[in-house]
Amino acid sequence: MTQTGMIKIDGRTITFEQGDTIIDAALRAGEYIPHLCHNPEFHPHGSCRVCIVEVNGRQASACTLQAADGMEVINKSESIMEERRNLLQMLFVEGNHICPGCEKSGACQLQAVAYFTNMLSPHYTHFFPRRTLDASHPDTVIDFDRCILCELCVRASHDVDHKNVFAISGRGINSHLVINSPSGKLGDSDFAASDKAAHVCPVGAILPKHRGYDQPIGRRLYDKQPVSIVGDVAAHEQDES
Amino acid sequence: MSAQINSDNFVTDLLTANNQDPGRLLQCLHAIQYRYSYIPKHAIDQLASAMQLTQAHIEGVVGFYAFLHTTPRGQFDILFSDNITDYMLGSRELMRWLCDRLGVEPGVPRSDGRVTVDATPCTGMCDQGVSILVNGITVTQVDDRRVVIIADLVEKNVPVAHWPAEFFTVQDHIFRRDRMLFSDTGKGEALHALHEKGADGMLDDIEKSGLRGRGGAGFFTALKWRFCKQAEADAHYVICNADEGEPGTFKDRVLLTSHSNCVFEGMTLCAGIIGAKQGYLYLRGEYLYLREQLEQILAQRREKGLLGKNILGRDGFDFDIEIHIGAGAYICGEESALIESLEGKRGIPRIRPPFPVTHGYRNKPTVVNNVETFTAAAKIASLGVDWFRDMGTTQSTGTRLLSVSGDCARPGIYEYPFGITVQQVLDDCGATDTQAVQMAGAAGSMIPPQDFGRAIAFEDVATGGSFMIFNQQRDLYEMVLNFARFFVHESCGFCTPCRVGGSLLKDLVEKLYHCRASRYDVEQMKNIGALMQRSSHCGLGTTAPNPVLDLLNHFPGLVEQHLSHDSYEPAFDVDASLQQARQITGRDDEGAHIR
Repeated sequence: MTQTGMIKIDGRTITFEQGDTIIDAALRAGEYIPHLCHNPEFHPHGSCRVCIVEVNGRQASACTLQAADGMEVINKSESIMEERRNLLQMLFVEGNHICPGCEKSGACQLQAVAYFTNMLSPHYTHFFPRRTLDASHPDTVIDFDRCILCELCVRASHDVDHKNVFAISGRGINSHLVINSPSGKLGDSDFAASDKAAHVCPVGAILPKHRGYDQPIGRRLYDKQPVSIVGDVAAHEQDES
Repeated sequence: MSAQINSDNFVTDLLTANNQDPGRLLQCLHAIQYRYSYIPKHAIDQLASAMQLTQAHIEGVVGFYAFLHTTPRGQFDILFSDNITDYMLGSRELMRWLCDRLGVEPGVPRSDGRVTVDATPCTGMCDQGVSILVNGITVTQVDDRRVVIIADLVEKNVPVAHWPAEFFTVQDHIFRRDRMLFSDTGKGEALHALHEKGADGMLDDIEKSGLRGRGGAGFFTALKWRFCKQAEADAHYVICNADEGEPGTFKDRVLLTSHSNCVFEGMTLCAGIIGAKQGYLYLRGEYLYLREQLEQILAQRREKGLLGKNILGRDGFDFDIEIHIGAGAYICGEESALIESLEGKRGIPRIRPPFPVTHGYRNKPTVVNNVETFTAAAKIASLGVDWFRDMGTTQSTGTRLLSVSGDCARPGIYEYPFGITVQQVLDDCGATDTQAVQMAGAAGSMIPPQDFGRAIAFEDVATGGSFMIFNQQRDLYEMVLNFARFFVHESCGFCTPCRVGGSLLKDLVEKLYHCRASRYDVEQMKNIGALMQRSSHCGLGTTAPNPVLDLLNHFPGLVEQHLSHDSYEPAFDVDASLQQARQITGRDDEGAHIR
C-alpha cells in the first residue's frame, strides 16, 4: 500500500505519496513551482535552484527535498519570487540569450519562467562568453550560447538512449557541455534526432534543423498562456513535431 | 588506416595495476599527468576503452581537476602557493622574478617545453615561508636566493629528485602542545581498548567524550558512527578526509607527518566499531610529498598486526587502508564530493539526504571524518573519556589544533583547549597591532578587534583550524579579493548561485577595490551574497560570500573610503574601453574621450 501524507503549499493542503519530492507532490496537485533542470521523467538534479521554496523557515530546492508529513511550504512569496528572478537573471547573463534572435523564443522554458517571475531585464553585468555553435550533425544543431547546464540532455542520453553522448567538463564558471565523439562534434557522435536527448532541452541549445519558424511567433507554446498552466516544454515535444 | 588505439605501455601497465576499475580513474589520471605533464588524447582513448567509459566522461573528469591538463605543461611544472598569507610573504614578487629569469609568462609553457610557472590555491604551507610545488612536490622557504638556484636547476635540466634536499624540508612548527600533541599513542592501545570494551562500549565512550567533528561542522562523532553502524549493508567504509584545502589550514599536514599512526589507528577503531573492512585516506594532491612516508607507516602497521587480516590476532577483524590522491579541487573537502572523487568522478557534491552514513562510497554506509577527528578518537579510546572531557567547554570538549599564519612572530601549530580567546592566541604567537583575524579560512569569518575577547568553540567562534592574522598595515581588500577569486576558481559549477553569483561577486569586489563602486553596487553585493547563502546546493556556495559580507558589515569605514561618489557606475570603464577605437582612428583629442 502506498503511504501518503499531507503538506501545505502556500496554505493549501495537498497529499503526497511516499518517495515524492515537494515538486512531485505540488505538480500532481496542480501547484506550479517554477523549475528548469527538473523533469519528472528523470532523477532529481537540483542544479538550477529556480524551484527553491521555504520549508519550515529554511530554503531548499523543491525538486530534491523529500516531502514529509506536516511540512509547510512557501512557494509564491515575494521574497522567494525575487530570489528566483535573480537566479534566472544570473542564467541570462552567464550565457548569450538573445531572445529576439532565437528560434526557440516563445517556446523556451527559460524565457517563460522568466516572464512568470516578472523578470524585465537581465539586470546583472553580461558575461558575453565566447562559445561556439555545432552544426555538424545533419538533423540537429547545438548552440552552446544558450546552454544553462541543466544536464537534461546528459541524463536523457544516459538513462533513456543509453548512448552517453553528453557530459559536463570544466569547473565553476568554465563548466561546459561536451560531446562524446572523436572530434568532439555532434556529427561524429552516435546521436540521432529521434533520441530522447534531442527532446528535453528547456532552452534553445539543442534544436532540430530544417524547421526554422514552422510555428510563427505569436502562436507558440507560451505565447497565449503562462508556463504555470502550459507546463514544461519537454512535455509538449510530441505536439511540436 | 584503422582507428586502432596507439597502445602506450605505461598506460597499459597502469590499467592492469588498477584492474581496469573505473573507480580508479582519477588515480590513473594522476599518474599519467605526473608521467607526461598532461593527459594525452591516446591515454584518454585507452582508459575509455579499458574502463568502459566514454571519452567525454574522462574529458569531464580531466576538466574538473586543476592539476590535470589536456595540453602539455612544462617539463618542470612550478606552482606558487597563492593564498593571501603567501602574498603577504612576497609570493607574487618571487613568482614574477622567477618568470623573468626563466623567460616565461605565468601559466604558459616555455616554447622549448622546459618549464611552466603558475599559481595555485593555498598548498597548506603558510608557516613555511613562500612555498611552491614542483611537479607536485613541495619546496618551502622560497626566497630571492632560492629563486636563483631554482632557475638554474631548471635551465640545467636537473631532475627534481636531485635538487638540494633542504629545499624539501617541511617543519612541523608546533609552538604550543596540549594533551593531544603531548600524548604518545597510536601503537595499538586504542584497538586493545576496543577489544576490552566491545564495539558498543567503545561507541558509548566516544559519545560520552562529546567529541565533535574537527572538519568544521561539529557533528557529534559518535552519532555519525552509530548511524553508520546501524545502516544495514554488505559493506561499510571508513574515509579519512585529508583534503585539507581550506586556505590557511595546515594542522592535518602536521598530524599526517608526525602522528599518522594515531590517524590510522582512529580509522581502524572506527572500522572495528562500524564493521568496515576497507578504508581510504583521501590525501589532497598538494600533500603528494607525504604519500611515500604514509605508505611506509601503513606497511609497518600491517607487519605489527595493527592493520590487514585478523588485526591483533583476532579472527575476522580485517581492515585495510588505501591512500587516494586528490588533484587540486577544494570542493572535494565536502564529504559527498570527496566520495564522488574517490569513485573516480568529478567532485560534485551529492544531493543530501541521503547522507554518506547510509549511502556513501559505492552507495554503502560510510563514515567520513577529518584527520584530527580520527586522531582524537584514537586518543580517547587509548587514554579515556575523562582525559578528554576535562579539557574544553561543555559543548566543545577536548582541544583544537590551530594553524596560525599571517602577521605574527611565530606562525605554526598551536593546540589549545576549546574556549580559549582569540586574543590569547594572538598574544602567544606574537601578533601585535592586529587589524583582523580571518577565522576558519576563506569560508570562515573575519573577526574585528572588538571581538578578540570571543572564545574559540563550536558555540562561539567556530573554526576548522585556520587562523590568519592581518596587522594594521594590511589592506583587507587584498584578502577579500584573494578569497573571492579563490571561490570562483573552486566553485564546482553545479548550481547557479555559486557558479554565476560567485563570479558576479568577484567582479564587484574588484570594482570596489578600484574605488569605482557606488552604494548601489554595495547593495548588489549584499543581495548576491545573501542569495548564495540561501540558495546554493552545498556549503561551498553558502559560505563563499562570507569574506565579502564580513568586509561590508564589519568594516564600514573601509567601504566608505573606496566608494565612488556617484549613485551609479557602469561595470566597465567607458573611457578605457574606447582606447582601441582611439588607436585605430589615430585620435586622442578631447572628443575621443568620455570622462
